[in-house]
Amino acid sequence: MSHILNIRNVSKNYSGHTALKNVSIDIPTNSIFGLLGPNGAGKTSLIRIINQITGPDTGEILFKGEKLSPKHIEQIGYLPEERGLYKKMTVGDQAMYLGQLKGLSKAEAKKRLLYWFDKFDMQSWWKKKVEELSKGMQQKVQFIVTVLHEPELLILDEPFSGFDPINAQLIRDEILELKKKGTTIIFSTHNMGSVEELCDNIALINKSEKILDGSVKDIKKTYRSNTYKVGFKGNVLGFTNALWTGAEILAKETDDDVNVFTVKLLNNLKSNDMLQAVLPTCEIVSFNELVPSMNDIFIMKVGKDTVETIKGSDTE
Amino acid sequence: MNKLLLIIGREIKSKITNKTFIIMTILAPILITGFMAFIVKMSQAERTEQKVLVIDETHLFEGKLVGNDFVSITYSNERYEKMLDKFSEEGYTCLLWVTPTFLEGGDGSVKIFFKKSPGFAFQTYVRGQMEKIIYEQKLKANNIDPTVITNARQKVKLVLEKIDDKGRSKEQSSFELFGFFSGAFMMIFILMYGMMVFRSVMEEKTNRIVEVIISSVKPFQLMMGKIIGVAILGTMQFIVMGLTTLLLTTLLSGIFLKDIKTEMKKFDEQQELVKKQGITVDFAALEKFDGKLEMFDVLKKIEGIDFTEVFICFLLYFIGGYLFYSSLLAAIGSFVDSETDSQQFMMPVMLPLMAGYFISTKTILDPDSTLVFWGSMIPFTSPIVMMSRITSGVPLWEILLSITILYISFVGMVWISGKIYRTGILMYGKKTTWREVFKWLRY
Repeated sequence: MSHILNIRNVSKNYSGHTALKNVSIDIPTNSIFGLLGPNGAGKTSLIRIINQITGPDTGEILFKGEKLSPKHIEQIGYLPEERGLYKKMTVGDQAMYLGQLKGLSKAEAKKRLLYWFDKFDMQSWWKKKVEELSKGMQQKVQFIVTVLHEPELLILDEPFSGFDPINAQLIRDEILELKKKGTTIIFSTHNMGSVEELCDNIALINKSEKILDGSVKDIKKTYRSNTYKVGFKGNVLGFTNALWTGAEILAKETDDDVNVFTVKLLNNLKSNDMLQAVLPTCEIVSFNELVPSMNDIFIMKVGKDTVETIKGSDTE
Repeated sequence: MNKLLLIIGREIKSKITNKTFIIMTILAPILITGFMAFIVKMSQAERTEQKVLVIDETHLFEGKLVGNDFVSITYSNERYEKMLDKFSEEGYTCLLWVTPTFLEGGDGSVKIFFKKSPGFAFQTYVRGQMEKIIYEQKLKANNIDPTVITNARQKVKLVLEKIDDKGRSKEQSSFELFGFFSGAFMMIFILMYGMMVFRSVMEEKTNRIVEVIISSVKPFQLMMGKIIGVAILGTMQFIVMGLTTLLLTTLLSGIFLKDIKTEMKKFDEQQELVKKQGITVDFAALEKFDGKLEMFDVLKKIEGIDFTEVFICFLLYFIGGYLFYSSLLAAIGSFVDSETDSQQFMMPVMLPLMAGYFISTKTILDPDSTLVFWGSMIPFTSPIVMMSRITSGVPLWEILLSITILYISFVGMVWISGKIYRTGILMYGKKTTWREVFKWLRY
């Protein structure tokens, strides 16, 4: 697998605190990469280093195998978490300006903008001042100027915050379409739902250090705990006896005549082994493996104390 | 380079389309010209017509008080109590009453009754006339010819000539007031355009667009783009305003100063005559100009100013001073979060500017003092102080040295500001202290 970005042993210190400690991450080409971590973990510092807004103290970053340098700026698109526009400038002028700053010619910027304005049905905004737009409308403009120069690497910091569900879906679709066209997307978020839905790979950063990375599929596999949810009708005592020492019952629920048990298999037992043991004693109604969600994994890795702050910020 | 041009372009466009900016460019020359016209007008005599009814109970002044273009004198032998109610009905603007005890036992006071206040110039005129009549009367009473006294008075004029290094001397028409005003203008201009940069930096920061932009360009480019953009804008505005003011003043002075200029010419001719013929000349002819001498002096001084030199110096010092201060202000703008807590950080800008202003007031008294010399060398104050002494004949080497220092300091200031700026613009929500700012210099 080729990597668009290799982050190698990057450290960054500010006066008084460490923002990144020896972080190494590889980002595969043409994937959606989730950069996760609680507030203040160092995500934004890393993103700023990739954008060459600041430089690392030690370590290096390779962009398509080459050392990251100013010429790569035009191949990167960045939508910061704290994003804004010039309030007094018209939407069109502003979008043209930002597009040209990314190296587009005047004509090219205009052509592409007309395409996007048409696509998002916002042709009538061109001459409006930004202060006349609603927040959601402003975010659409921001998204367009981020992708206008068709960057190979797109970095989105909390792209969905502040969007209404309809616009969020619109952006989600755009992200998937950009991926289809070959763009690599790094996206930093607290929203674990969208991570599971969109990301191929993730890295989890906590307290300036990378504590987990890999493909979402693999990570979930690693964090499987051989736990199943079994729904059955029949004798509860018989069911527990049949499991005997092969499993541990974590939870019990009863809904009418259906019992739902959460069972963790021990001693490397397979699900079939368990089923064979209990089948004679009861009627199985449902059977599911309990796969941990990214949210569970996040909480497990980051720890309870920091999770509180994340929950707080999610409701922003 | 291309991106720098884009930034400069945006900066200029965003300001030039601003209504306040356009109004200011048009209004300022009108205001300046208006102000100058006002001063000239004030120094000229008023033109309000005064019809004076004189009741002179001493008969000292009868037939001797003369009117001029706008003062007419009528004598009456009526009792003043009788005329007190009637004088305005009869078309007089005021009633001048000389009491019988005016000289003997009186304190020399003469009463003027009026309905509408007579101006100061009128009062001066009447008082001057009366004093002169009494003066001549008293001299005659002692058998002294008044012309002897007049001729004995000799006015002395100080002509200042500065000797340069080569021993040549040049008449120095030092016009301190003009210098002082140029210094004050310089301060206002530097502050005005410097604040433009400051606000533009702060706007980008509070708008939160700055992070998007510095992911495309270097923070230093962004800062320089702003500074250069406003510099171009300021220079253009300055030239436009300067030319409009020049045009307006030439136009106005052509209309309003024509009389005075012809009079001045006559006066000069008279003076020439005096020089040639000695004291046998008719002094009454010169005396006519007495009230206008100051006016002539001011006009001569204005005519003596080398406006090209002043204009070029102003432009050079303005650009240098602006660049120096605006890079400092850009750095400050980068780390303040709101306009309200920017006050404490404005000190390093306001203090030296104020100091420059105070030193420039000192140049009026002592243009060659050590304080003034150093004030016109140190880049924090040099644009203001040097402008204030520009008309008093500053040696060329001093000007060149101070301009060189100013422009070198600008480069140093930009280097420091760039370092502060790139860290400052990404700092949010934290109260920045000076100690922290100095730390950023070492990143």
